[in-house]
Amino acid sequence: MEQYNMNLTLKVWRQKNKDTKGSFATYNVKDISSEMSFLEMIDVLNEDLIKEGKDPIAFDHDCREGICGMCSMYVNGRPHGPWQRNTVCQLHMRAYKDGDTIVIEPWRANSFPVVKDLMVDRSALDRIIQAGGYVSVNTGSPQDANAIPVERERAEAAFAAAACIGCGACVAACKNSSAMLFLSAKVAHLALLPQGEPERKPRVMNMVAQMDKEGFGSCTNTGACEAVCPKGISIDNIARLNGEYMLSAAVASK
Amino acid sequence: MLESKIPSGSVENKWTDYKGHCKLVNPANKRKLEVIVVGTGLAGASAAASLGELGYRVKAFCFQDSPRRAHSIAAQGGINAAKNYQNDGDSTFRLFYDTVKGGDYRSREANVHRLAEVSANIIDQCVAQGVPFAREYGGLLANRSFGGVQVKRTFYAAGQTGQQLLIGAYQALERQVALGSVKQYTRHEMLDVVVIDGKARGIIARNLITGELERFFGHAVVLASGGYGNVFYLSTNAMGSNATAAWKAHLKGAFFGNPCFTQIHPTCIPVSGDHQSKLTLMSESLRNDGRIWVPKKKDETRKANDIPEEDRDYYLERRYPAFGNLVPRDVASRAAKERCDAGYGVGTTKQAVYLDFKYNLINKYGRAEANKHGIENPDEETLIRLGKEVVKEEYGNLFEMYEKITGENPYEVPMRIYPAVHYTMGGLWVDYELMTTVKGLYALGEANFSDHGANRLGASALMQGLADGYYVIPYTIGNYLADEIATKPIPTTHEAFEAAEKTVNDRINTLMNIKGNQPVESFHKRLGKIMWEKCGMARNEKGLAEAITEIQQLRKEFWSDVRIPGDIKEMNPELDKAGRVADFMELAELMCKDALDRKESCGGHFREESQTEEGEAKRDDANFSYVSAWEFKGESNWDLHKEPLTFEVVKLTQRSYK
Amino acid sequence: MALTGLFLIAFLVVHAGLNACIWANDGGKMFNAGAHFMGSTVVVRILEIGLMVGFLLHAVQGIMIEIQNRSKRKIGYAVPMGNKGSKWFSRWMGLLGTLVLIFVIIHLAHFWIPNRSHQGWLLGEEINLYESMKEIFQNPVVVIIYIAGCISLAWHLAHGFQSAFRTVGVHNHKYLTMLRSCGYAFSVIVPLTFIMMPLSFYFGWLS
Repeated sequence: MEQYNMNLTLKVWRQKNKDTKGSFATYNVKDISSEMSFLEMIDVLNEDLIKEGKDPIAFDHDCREGICGMCSMYVNGRPHGPWQRNTVCQLHMRAYKDGDTIVIEPWRANSFPVVKDLMVDRSALDRIIQAGGYVSVNTGSPQDANAIPVERERAEAAFAAAACIGCGACVAACKNSSAMLFLSAKVAHLALLPQGEPERKPRVMNMVAQMDKEGFGSCTNTGACEAVCPKGISIDNIARLNGEYMLSAAVASK
Repeated sequence: MLESKIPSGSVENKWTDYKGHCKLVNPANKRKLEVIVVGTGLAGASAAASLGELGYRVKAFCFQDSPRRAHSIAAQGGINAAKNYQNDGDSTFRLFYDTVKGGDYRSREANVHRLAEVSANIIDQCVAQGVPFAREYGGLLANRSFGGVQVKRTFYAAGQTGQQLLIGAYQALERQVALGSVKQYTRHEMLDVVVIDGKARGIIARNLITGELERFFGHAVVLASGGYGNVFYLSTNAMGSNATAAWKAHLKGAFFGNPCFTQIHPTCIPVSGDHQSKLTLMSESLRNDGRIWVPKKKDETRKANDIPEEDRDYYLERRYPAFGNLVPRDVASRAAKERCDAGYGVGTTKQAVYLDFKYNLINKYGRAEANKHGIENPDEETLIRLGKEVVKEEYGNLFEMYEKITGENPYEVPMRIYPAVHYTMGGLWVDYELMTTVKGLYALGEANFSDHGANRLGASALMQGLADGYYVIPYTIGNYLADEIATKPIPTTHEAFEAAEKTVNDRINTLMNIKGNQPVESFHKRLGKIMWEKCGMARNEKGLAEAITEIQQLRKEFWSDVRIPGDIKEMNPELDKAGRVADFMELAELMCKDALDRKESCGGHFREESQTEEGEAKRDDANFSYVSAWEFKGESNWDLHKEPLTFEVVKLTQRSYK
Repeated sequence: MALTGLFLIAFLVVHAGLNACIWANDGGKMFNAGAHFMGSTVVVRILEIGLMVGFLLHAVQGIMIEIQNRSKRKIGYAVPMGNKGSKWFSRWMGLLGTLVLIFVIIHLAHFWIPNRSHQGWLLGEEINLYESMKEIFQNPVVVIIYIAGCISLAWHLAHGFQSAFRTVGVHNHKYLTMLRSCGYAFSVIVPLTFIMMPLSFYFGWLS
């Protein structure tokens, strides 16, 4: 891959805090190397801003290797930018060419209020997990790990669902701001494993109820969530969730 | 002065005896006791969840927006456990022995044995939580091997084991949050420990959204805030990983153990330029299947695939025939540095070596698959195609990640890798109960120094984090809190809280009022450069002495010329970073001081003055078989306490992987 | 949504099947017989109420969901995602549904209301539906409205068919893939059948 440099125009959403109104600001960045990561490009801009005595752009990021789920930028009309199965921290500048304009917005959803600039509050996702996204087992001396064999295909499907990093790109991409992909990944992960079996029914009911309470929209199966998911979580999980939900609702005693 | 509180008796009975005799707190009293847990990685989340389950009232803090973001999530390869599912001769004793040996005999036997004992239980616990480990077709758990050992005892979930384990612990934690036994404080950063009458009684934390300082009381404080690899600026740690919590505890009286023991991981994606903000690890498990080599000729200009077999130097296989590419991390890292320093490095920067999968792709996996499918005399193309499918299944996500970062396809061309700072074995000094030298202040996981000696074996960090959180602290904290049941919660208006908050406040104000010219980042970069060059993979007396002067100089410059934009009472990531970098600069000096004191080479600590004729690390057990525990005495001033290491079971030998 | 949708899909099969009788080339005999059966049998009339309810539920619920979902993002994006992750017709189900609704109202006004009102109890004397189709479909504007309505229906079904199965919980990947193909086939065949009717009358393809 040949290295090249580029100059870019950035339009970035700036918002002081959740109570103030935000707006776009335009910046020019120069001599960006194609080998930089997207966030390193923002680092360069921020360093310039600090030197000019301006407030740098606040954005969430931590591991910068695509696994912590903290980074969250909506770049040119797509969560996490143009690459498939990618987080914005793993996006590299070779995706752009000299003279490009890049518009960067925060995740947009009522349930994800802006904290500052490009940072949003995703604690609603934690609360959905709190509603039932776990196996109720205390630390102690459970049976031997190999006591219950698990069909390899099921274990792999459970893993594929459990690979969700909780970044919220699915919500950001969904026209309904639905968190169904996130929720279904957890429900599917635990429903596929024998360990999740005893709590299967209340789990799905409670988690869905919490999601509604948090103000996320409903799923209309457009598939935008799956298309932008950095971990390739399949929307088939949502179908599984729907099945789990209907079954649980049908047999619920109250 | 240093009381390690190791129980008497034979090493395999110590933990059982301890558990049988430690004090307990009855359930009614547990409800009256409050515990603060700082950090929500594997150690913190598992501790907070377990303590919550027991009935303590827990407050869990993390600086990220959710506990699930902690950097444990990035661990790739796996977690060790002495299950012996593979029938290859593994046992608790062997895991214990491998860990002590891998740590180059600078860890405590008693701690390591306990770790090996609970390792099997961890796997049971995680499976019960629904952690989807890799499985064989029969439905049983799969294992793979890792560096420094000759058995297959590593459990894994593709290349995302840390993520799956952390999600397991996170879910357990969220369950306790839902049950009301744990209160979760996200986007909060601990900035001081409050010590009253010699006991840790709370913390001062900054709400990172509002910028307000908040006070929290706890009968005990548990630090699980991770390691300090980011002292080097470039490391595989997350951008936010920091030493502040541990460092503040150190300033409040907790001794710092073996600060110079840092692990340089041999397989990371090399630096591409000055803009680099962090380094990305390529799991050690890749060394199972990749062969490491450099060209035999200096200044080789041919592309990797054009260099014929006879012109390649598989230097690990050459130097260490017994372990080959699977030598421990410290050995592999130094060997790579040696080759690059000698002028055999590859890539544009010449600071990289090849990690090549083609051989195993064809010969190991390709042939096995061909046999399986009954293809006779397969050609190379078929073998590559078949092998690729298997490799994809095993390491697909890592290969993808490599390609995203470098733009090169590792199925086609060898990966370029170079060592990078990855883990810090050093940390707060703790006794057998994981208590620091401040009563009621505990350190868990990477934040403490205890289990890995001078070098950590692959897949042992996850094991230690979870062991500390799930299986150690629930017992040992009870032994302390049993005597605290009469202690009423201390109101946070207490003068010690006032004083601690004032210190924190003053420091923040000082930082904001410098109004200099240079951004925090530039200081951090310079600090990293000093440390990497002079306190990195190879260290010597002259370099370390220079480093100390340079760090002191840099610190002075920082405190007179740093520029932090924005205000205090708002979300201000630059201010957060400034505080962390200021702490790194103090810690960096101590690391150099410790490295200077330890004139031997051991594990990750390589003193050029102490090496064999073949260039291998030379330990000096007669003079350095101790843990360095540093007591803070004032700026640039520490007292060294030595905890002697005695080995009752393990026989000390010069490590040999030949 | 999904349940009423599947119900309406089933209705479409019946409707299309019955109406295909116009191509029997018997001057509308078979078709009128079918229409008479549908109009005069008690069971069918009762089912018709169910159909009405199902249709209204589908429409009302659809509109409500659309309004609710739109309210979940008060501040939108400056650069919309567009087709970067989803197909346009999956995002415009509300609009397509509304078009279909308008079309259905026109359609009912053309046939159902006059037909039912002439069946016995009100205005007496059952009308010849075949003849009335012939008459109505002489107007090119009506023909175009019908074609447009059926195209809206086609796109509505292209997403709705497979989406309905997902919503009721079919999650087996193999079946979902099959259902998606079936859905596309259905959303072409059924609306095309309907489109052919006004065209057949307009261009006089029927004897």
